[in-house]
Amino acid sequence: MEENQATLDTLKDIKSLMERSSRFISLSGLSGVFSGTLALIGAYLAHWKTNQGPWIQRAQDTDFGTGEIVSIDWSVVWFLSIDALLVFILSMFVGYYFSRQKALRKGQPLWGTYSKQFLINLSLPLVTGGIFCMILFYHGLIGLIAPASLVFYGLALLNGGKFSFEEISYLGMSEIALGLAGLVFKGQGLLFWAIGFGVLHIVYGILMYIRHDR
Amino acid sequence: MKSIIHQLDKAFENRIRLGLMSILSVNDWVEFNELKTLLEVTDGNLASHISALDKKGFIETRKRFVGKKPNTTFRITDDGREAFSNHINALEMLLKGAI
Repeated sequence: MEENQATLDTLKDIKSLMERSSRFISLSGLSGVFSGTLALIGAYLAHWKTNQGPWIQRAQDTDFGTGEIVSIDWSVVWFLSIDALLVFILSMFVGYYFSRQKALRKGQPLWGTYSKQFLINLSLPLVTGGIFCMILFYHGLIGLIAPASLVFYGLALLNGGKFSFEEISYLGMSEIALGLAGLVFKGQGLLFWAIGFGVLHIVYGILMYIRHDR
Repeated sequence: MKSIIHQLDKAFENRIRLGLMSILSVNDWVEFNELKTLLEVTDGNLASHISALDKKGFIETRKRFVGKKPNTTFRITDDGREAFSNHINALEMLLKGAI
């Protein structure tokens, strides 16, 4: 009887250690590939809409998109906002879906202590970045929004990366570097945004899929 | 009953080794210090259990430098995963048989 109790205790120990230590390794590389593709589509739509004609007029013309705004076509602003929001929501959904599939297939827990840590550490810089970008818009610094969002997203990944695969941290560093470069080169915000949220997601997604998913 | 006991792997008879395998089975590469904190053991103790499991081919070791600091991480092997899951199944059977 005592031996049974010991066996039961052992199994409980094992379960608790697994729960306490599990990193968020269910994150699927496929979600990176699909959200990257969504970002490229979103960036293309934004490019198409903003190139239909002048939609913003500034007091002085600067390449950076930072001069004082005289008039602005709000339908374009709404289009861009909804475009970005859709890319974000669909990416979240895709990320959840593929990670759940992977967890089921590999018999891994989707939700552990570290998964929670991952999401909490990811959200704080992300929410800060979101508010920061809205303030940039409020001040009319529209040309800085895309590179700034890359920098904050990179910081978020770097912050959450220690609770998931190491590739997440490297992706984070790449996004930060790209965002900073985007702040230097004038008027190329959307291009850098498309590389960061589109191309990098796809590249790292494929890498993670090869290394961890199969 | 005897056959079940036979399935229990001698390599996992120790609490710390079982703990090690539990942690590694749900993670990718894990650092030495993190294992130490989770299992609440001393350096020497942990190192000896790690090398025992490594010799059996149940875990693999990766040594490298992160900046100037040496960084050693461990991961479960496919053999290790299979042996560990067999061991857990045997433990569960043992319990079911007893109830």
